Amino acid sequence: MDSLIINEGFPLLSFLIFFPLAGALVLLIFSGESFARWWTLAITTITAIFSIPLVTGFDTSTAKYQFAEAHNWIPQFNINYILGVDGISILLVLLTTLIMPFCVTASWKYIKTRVAPFMVCLLIMETSMLGVFVALDFVLFYILWEFMLIPMYMLIAIWGGPRKVYASIKFFLYTLAGSILLLVAIIALYLKNGSFFIPDMMWQNYSLNFQIFIFLAFFLAFAIKVPMFPFHTWLPAAHVEAPTAGSVILASILLKMGTYGFLRFCLPITPDAAFTLAPYVLWLSIAGILYGGFTALAQNDMKKLIAYSSVGHMGFVTLGIFVFNPMGVKGAIIQMINHGVTTGALFLCVGMIYERTHSRELSVAAGVGKYMPWYVTFLAFFSLSSLGFPGTNSFIGEFLILAGTFKVNIPLALAAIPGAVLAAAYMLRLLQRVVWGGTNNPDQSYLNDLGFREIITLTPFLIFVFWIGLNPQPFINLMDTSVVNLLDQLHAWQQGGAMLTLR
Amino acid sequence: MAILPELVILTAALAFFALSLFKQIEFTHVKNTAICFGAIAIIASLINFNAQATLFLGSYEVDLYSQFFKLMISFGLAIVLIFGQDLKDIEDSVRPEYYMFLFLSALGLMMLVSSVELIAIFVSLELSSFALYLLVPMRSDQNGLRMQMEAGIKYILFGVMATGFMLFGMSYIFGLTGSTYLSEIVTGLQNAPQPAALFAVIMVLGGFFFKLAVFPMHFWVPDIYQGASNETTGFIATVPKLGAVALLIRLMTLASGETQFLIYLLMVLALLSMFYGNLSALVQKDFKRMLGFSGIAHAGFIMLGLLTMDVGGYAIAMYYISGYVIMNLACFLVLCNVSQEGENLEIQDLKGLHKRQPVLAFILAVSLFALAGIPPFVGFMGKFMLLTGALNAGVVQTGMMNSPYLILVILAAINTGIAIYYYLSVVRVAYTADPEEKPDVQVNGFTTTVGVFLVLLIIMLGALPSKIIAIADTAVKTIM
Repeated sequence: MDSLIINEGFPLLSFLIFFPLAGALVLLIFSGESFARWWTLAITTITAIFSIPLVTGFDTSTAKYQFAEAHNWIPQFNINYILGVDGISILLVLLTTLIMPFCVTASWKYIKTRVAPFMVCLLIMETSMLGVFVALDFVLFYILWEFMLIPMYMLIAIWGGPRKVYASIKFFLYTLAGSILLLVAIIALYLKNGSFFIPDMMWQNYSLNFQIFIFLAFFLAFAIKVPMFPFHTWLPAAHVEAPTAGSVILASILLKMGTYGFLRFCLPITPDAAFTLAPYVLWLSIAGILYGGFTALAQNDMKKLIAYSSVGHMGFVTLGIFVFNPMGVKGAIIQMINHGVTTGALFLCVGMIYERTHSRELSVAAGVGKYMPWYVTFLAFFSLSSLGFPGTNSFIGEFLILAGTFKVNIPLALAAIPGAVLAAAYMLRLLQRVVWGGTNNPDQSYLNDLGFREIITLTPFLIFVFWIGLNPQPFINLMDTSVVNLLDQLHAWQQGGAMLTLR
Repeated sequence: MAILPELVILTAALAFFALSLFKQIEFTHVKNTAICFGAIAIIASLINFNAQATLFLGSYEVDLYSQFFKLMISFGLAIVLIFGQDLKDIEDSVRPEYYMFLFLSALGLMMLVSSVELIAIFVSLELSSFALYLLVPMRSDQNGLRMQMEAGIKYILFGVMATGFMLFGMSYIFGLTGSTYLSEIVTGLQNAPQPAALFAVIMVLGGFFFKLAVFPMHFWVPDIYQGASNETTGFIATVPKLGAVALLIRLMTLASGETQFLIYLLMVLALLSMFYGNLSALVQKDFKRMLGFSGIAHAGFIMLGLLTMDVGGYAIAMYYISGYVIMNLACFLVLCNVSQEGENLEIQDLKGLHKRQPVLAFILAVSLFALAGIPPFVGFMGKFMLLTGALNAGVVQTGMMNSPYLILVILAAINTGIAIYYYLSVVRVAYTADPEEKPDVQVNGFTTTVGVFLVLLIIMLGALPSKIIAIADTAVKTIM
């Protein structure tokens, strides 16, 4: 427990977790439509405001878990309620709290039926997502990790598109199937350590076989969530059918849980297995980058295009994590945030055009530039960000990841480069079609440009695109100590292991 | 008055016997009397929760273990009485008799969990079973197929066969030890020749496997669930399983010496139950049949607790069966009330339930997700603890992680993945499909309140299980 800096004052993290839940319970009783909208907006905004002290009070000089809370929960199994944030999770927590209000505004008019239940699902999602990022007890983590499936399933299955039944069941089964063995792995780790406290499980002397078994169980769960090639097939289906807010949550936050899992669990708990299996993971990442890029190039459905681009972008993230150097890992975390901001914004953009044309087809949305100048301006910036244009946020992330990769393995880095080119190809194709189109554009003159609410929704995303793009240092500072500490321990472990084998 | 709960139930049964003698009787009074008796039984069980006594020449033991189960039995009985209060599919003329047999069956189960002597066990089990055999064919013959008669005959034939196995085993035990008292049998069996002793224990266990619907003794489940009226099935699917688990735990403590074979046998039965139950449930169209097969799978899960053969494992089995009964009661509450005239419910009949009766849809969703083992509901906590306990038993017994227990745990975990599909399909129908022509569902406020209460219990037991586990732990220790 000495890895925790206990927060004696106001239980900030518990508040962040349970406040949205309390808000959801209120909505179960009072379910007027416009009340539900304003109430949810208020709740998510208050949660976002209360997450600001996390940054201002964050101590960047320590790798320990801060704002920690620890309480007994189920003593018979040594299960405790332990929360805490460190440099790896703090940005993800902020990403979650800051994005949720915009999910509400994006659904303001999009959701017309069963508004209150929709908002309840959003709030419960927020509770469980925040919980996943701050939980330091494995059972608590697993409960929230699994529980999240229910509201997400509801979001897709009730408010989704035409093939919502197929997409939602596939999403649920796929992710659940992945996390089944995670549970067994957690139990096995508990029996080795006698505790579910996550930091207690790290850097222990497990045999290599045991580690590989644990790593594979983790890997299956997290790789499906990321999703890594070839476990990605649920993602396009779920993205396409989900309502806008669902897509944003899915892309911006849910996918990050997989990569967060790699960083938080795979590296420190099973370091030997991570080293042994890293080459395979790296090449799978490359496969994902290229496969995602090529497939995105061929899509005519805008949501599908962005969904496949996610596969590519997340490939970069796993690439950065498994090169095991500070540049790569920092790049990976920055890229996780970038992807959350940029892809979230892109899904919002697609949602806005869908509200007007009721189609996600590129050909239907062709040539709207003339009639929606505000809209295409936003879209252009987000597209440029998505392809990693210098000055935008993704450039920083991809650059750090590729630089880190070059240090380790040049062929690997060279193999990843075409991914960046492909990103430019498919995003510019999207942009060209939407802004100008061709000679046979449909009549778009009936379209209204973005309203005030929509501009408010998109602007913060744009601010973050340039903030991270032009001045990433504050963000890197937040994570620096934790990442460096993790990698130092990892390399010390590797050398210790090497010495053991020499002797 | 250590046997107050039993006396209350017995009084109720006798009262209904008296009522059944009248020709004309207002049904509302009958039903209100039944619900009152159910409530009084709960209160009596609560009053006597910490009672301790040894009665009837030492064959009847009142201790925390039996009182825990009695509380659950009276609770389950009361819930069934409340949500099935309309007795939609039972003919007017036999309703007092129906209640009489229902109470007699509960009485038998209450006596069963307190019995510590073979004859007492046998008599109380038969009292409970024969009452149930009669409840099944009491369903009115709506479609002229006499489905309920078929189910009743099947139930009694299979039941008698299972009892036969059990009696056979009991005769062996008596022959080997010269006693019918469990406390003397435990010591007697330790010196008894193997494999006769083991064979005897397995035979007796078999009788209770039938009640719990564990794999080779499961075959009665789907037909009886389908043939019996909804309320009767709601009772059969929940309350008798409490008695079965109570006795299985008691009997497991008898096994001694070479238990390795018994453990492996239970492992195989557990896995077969899970796979058979879950795979069959996947293709069911009738809601009750689906719940029946899912019950077989859950019975397999309870085996995981029994085969650890230690206090912790038994306590978790108690926790799991309590949770299972509550989840299942919530399911049947919805089922009974959605069914308009007591007819069987196809899964498709739940279409658009979220519009027709939102509260019931919510109760259904929570209970099904709980049965599927999604956190934070009680089903997840139970499964999680059973898996932990089983893997731990493997480490304790073999000294390493890599044991048959590991395979068992992995396969059991995979089964939760299979199970999610059919539970989810029901939720999908209730929540995403349109109601089409289906009528609205009327449900009285009392039943709704009870349903919401069950949902709260499902969440509370799942999120804060430490208290009930501690009670179960102490309870199991009293019988070891």
